Formats: sequence, C-alpha cells, structure tokens
Amino acid sequence: MITFEPEFFLKRNRDIDEVTLRAIAREVRKDILKMTSNAQSGHPGGAMSATDIIVTLYYYKMRHNPLNPKWEERDRFVLSKGHVCPALYSVLARTGYFPLEKLMEFRKIDGDLQGHPDMHKTPGIEISTGSLGHGIGAAVGMALGLKLSGSDSKVYCMIGDGEAQEGSVWEATMAASHYNLSNLVVILDNNNLQIDGPVDEVMSIYPAAEKWRAFGWNVMEINGHDFKEIKEALDRADRSKFKPTIIIAKTVKGKGVSFMENRAEWHGKALPPELLKEALKELGEIV
Amino acid sequence: MEKVSLRDAYGDTLVKLGEKDERIVVLDADLSGSTKTAKFAKRFPERFFNMGIAETNMMNTAAGLATTGKIPFVSTFAIFGTGRAWEAVRQTICYPNLSVKIVCTHGGITVGEDGASHQALEDVANMRNIPNMRVIVPADDVETRAVIRKIAYTDGPFYVRLTREKFPRIFDEETFKFEIGKGHVLREGEDVTVIANGVMTSFALLAAEELEREGISVEVIHMSCVKPIDSELIVKSAQKTGAVVTAEEHSIIGGLGSAVAEVLVENYPVPMERLGTPDVFGRSGKGWELLHYFGLDDKGIIEKVKKVLERKRR
Repeated sequence: MITFEPEFFLKRNRDIDEVTLRAIAREVRKDILKMTSNAQSGHPGGAMSATDIIVTLYYYKMRHNPLNPKWEERDRFVLSKGHVCPALYSVLARTGYFPLEKLMEFRKIDGDLQGHPDMHKTPGIEISTGSLGHGIGAAVGMALGLKLSGSDSKVYCMIGDGEAQEGSVWEATMAASHYNLSNLVVILDNNNLQIDGPVDEVMSIYPAAEKWRAFGWNVMEINGHDFKEIKEALDRADRSKFKPTIIIAKTVKGKGVSFMENRAEWHGKALPPELLKEALKELGEIV
Repeated sequence: MEKVSLRDAYGDTLVKLGEKDERIVVLDADLSGSTKTAKFAKRFPERFFNMGIAETNMMNTAAGLATTGKIPFVSTFAIFGTGRAWEAVRQTICYPNLSVKIVCTHGGITVGEDGASHQALEDVANMRNIPNMRVIVPADDVETRAVIRKIAYTDGPFYVRLTREKFPRIFDEETFKFEIGKGHVLREGEDVTVIANGVMTSFALLAAEELEREGISVEVIHMSCVKPIDSELIVKSAQKTGAVVTAEEHSIIGGLGSAVAEVLVENYPVPMERLGTPDVFGRSGKGWELLHYFGLDDKGIIEKVKKVLERKRR
C-alpha cells in the first residue's frame, strides 16, 4: 500500500509521479468494486471514470489535512455527482481521513459511509450531495465565501455530464462567472453515459466547451485518464485571474475493467461475486 | 391599531446586524426592492449577492457560504423560496443542517393583485415537512425584528414568513420577548382557545373582544413558531377551555391548523375548527379585500368559535 505522512498533503503541487498516481488509482478502483459488491448496491461505473481525477486532486493538487479535516486553509472538494462517492471514500481513507476497514460500511445500516455523501457522518466530506445539480451551486457559495474572507483556498467541484442537464447547473455556471470566481475549478466527468444510455441520445449537452465558454468560463479539454494532462490542466487553472475554470475531462465509464468499460448497465449495479473476482484479477489483484 | 411593515422591519434589522457583524451576508433573487434587502445592499454592497432570477442556485450558494462561516440571509417571494427552490432547501440546507436563514416576503393571500401565481398559501406546509427546518410566522414589526435578531445567532436553518401588506402592531417593543418554540398568551379565557399567527392574530384579538360582549370568554394564543410548536401551551389551554380554533393566512392543509391538530389528536383531543384558505388557489384583488373574501378576519373567527362551541356542548 502506498502511504504518505499526513504532512505530505499540507502544500499544493506535490512531488508525485504519474506511475505512483496510476498505482494508487488501481487500488482505488479495487476498493470501489469491493465496496459496491459488498453492499450489492452503488454506482461503480461512474466512480471508475472519476477515479483518476479524484486521485490527482487529493494526492497531487489540493492542500488538505487528513488529521484535521476542517483545517481552515484547506482547499475544498465538492462531489456534485454524489453517487460516485465510493471513489471519494476510498481516497479519503487512503489519505488518512479514516481507517480503510471503514470502507466496508458503505451503504450498511450501521455504517458511516452513506449511499451518497453526508458531511456530518463522514470526515472530509465538505457538503452533503446526491441529488444532481445542487453541489455545483454550493461550490459557488464556498468560492464566494472564501473570496470574501480573503482566503487563497480553492474550491474544486466534480459534476457529471448527465448532471449538466439540470437547469440549476447553468444557474450556478452563470453566477460563477458573474462573480469572477477564479478560485473555482469545476471538472466535468465526461464519460458520455447516463442511466438510460449515451448522453447525446438521452439529452445532448453538446457542444459543452462552447457552452461554458459562452458563459464566460476558462475552458480546457483533456483526457481524464492521462495523469500528466490532469496535472497540467489543474496547474493551468491556477493562472486564471478572473474567470472560473472548467476542465472537460473525457473519461470512460467503468474504466480499468474490460467488461465494464463504456457500458451503461454498470452505472448503478454492483458486480456479483464471480465477476468481482474476475475484475479484481484484471486490476492486478492476486485472488 | 397602527399598521406596520414587516418587510421594512426585516430590511432595517439586517442593516443593524450587518453593522455589528461582518459574517452577515444577504442573497436575493432580483426582488431586493420588494423584500427590502436593498437596504442592506445599499449599505454593504460587498456582502450582498444578487443571484438573479435563479432561486435554486441561490439556496445552494447560501449553503456553500454557510460552510465558510458566513451567516447568510436569503430572500425572495415566499412562493419561489419555498416552492421553486424547495429541493435545494431540502438537500443542500436542511439535510446538512446548515445555518441559512430563509426570510421570504409576500407570503399569503395579501400579496393581492398579482393573484394566485404569486400567493403562497402552502409555504408553511412546504417548509414544515423538512427535518431540521424551523418555521416562524411573525405578526408585526416588533416581532419581526426580534425574530431576525434571534435566528441570526441560532445554529441551523430557519424559514420566516413575512408579507407584502402592512399589519396592525400588536406587541410592545419594550416588553416583547421572542423565544423559539414558545407561544404567547395574549388574552386569557375559559370557553374556547383561538390559536393564530401572522395577521390573523390581530383578528383573533378583535374577535375575542366582540365575543366577550356576547358572554363568551376567549383565550387568544399567538403561535408564530409553527415548528417547533409549543405543544405544552396548546395542551394546557385545551385542557382549560375544551375547544380550539386555529386561524392562519395559509391553506388549512399543512400549516398552523394541521400542526395544532397533530398535537391535540395525540395528547388531548377536543373539538377543533381550522380557519384558513380552503384547498383552493387565490385570486387577484386588494390584500385586505382578499382576506375578507376568504373569510380570514374577525367575522370568520367568530363563526368558527360558535361552531366549535356547539360541538363542545354536544
């Protein structure tokens, strides 16, 4: 297991190479599959498309303190697409917010890891989310509040592409540029699959980059599974002086397991035990 | 009785709070002139956020601000704040139990000429059914000021329902004390209890005077705090009088009448009548005309009192 001292996370832009990030992400994907399989419930597909970005945020980019989750100088992460919380729970556990064993409490009646993030039950969760389209508005409020207080903390927020169909996403998008929230960075997990099928078939959000550009945002488009590109995009967002940034990350739903990739059916379904074994083997676990 | 503006009292109190505390921030959705948050905006432009006609995002943004240690007051018309934005209030404010103070004006039928689309007759019900939320319907400017000062420094979410129309002043600034979850006995009586809030409290007092001339002794309770509700006071008064009438400028479904009925039915059932708008939408007209049109006045209360006393005698 790859572990770091808690002090490691206190400064931004840490010295960590792509090989290490990839190795961590592989562990996180295994956690996601085990957690959802153990609960026989949850959303593995989207969690696996979001994994590489969340790993890069917590291990490379964000200033945070696993021993003091409410540390005032921390950067904030809002998981607006709350259903992919297994990826976030795994990263929080692995960076030291709570013991790894807790992950198996996911979705259990006596556990602290709710089906969607609960800020009062799980350390490190900045705000409770789950109903799509609300987290990004809360992130706007956090960025506004931090700016008003003269803090240099940043707010990172991940939204889904299906989520971008919610009108409130665009209300928040409008407000963020109106208030020049350059301390807000949104990442669009663009795996192009939602429950009922491909996003462009269910209700197209495209052209996405043009939409956010027209709303006054700093827009970048990257491969959301290329750690070098993720790191560079997050660094470039620091240079935006007036505009909020959106990183449109092309991703693959179910990334990492061949038979789950690009399959909408793994949006909200856990692997049965036989398939779990096979998937873990693909991720390099000796079963 | 002198008629006073609740929303002006709100705007003025916000300015006073803002002078003393930098954490106070105010959000509005393009209605700051009407909700009177414009008073705060003029004085503290850097702490006022006009969120445009986008109430859902306004609630979410207020929640985000609360997580950074600010004390956000959020205002718009009651129908939009508690209807349009209901899910954001539930998900992002109440579920995480954040200290966001939702103070809406233009509650009730007295919105007047704008008609049904703008008359919130279900706002108290909408807010009362969400865990962690507390709901307050003040009667006058004195109470409004006290409520705003109190909730600013009480953790968690609140909904305060104010109105467009001016209402008679009932309370004395010097002696009035507001406590969350406590009703006020404004007049003691023996035969029947009238529990009211908002503008209906002043009508309850008029009705009680009129009924006294007919030899009926009415206990009047002002119950601005619909949630948490003062169960103890309700039960105590019902035990004394044996009959209860509720009166509110709100649908009879889900508001004060329902809340009082819930308490009585589980603790001390007595004959009870509810005055409010029946299960219908409002209509255009002048605010005070509409109150009388829907029987939301002293006459309406007297009718209900007589009806409940008849049931009590049976």
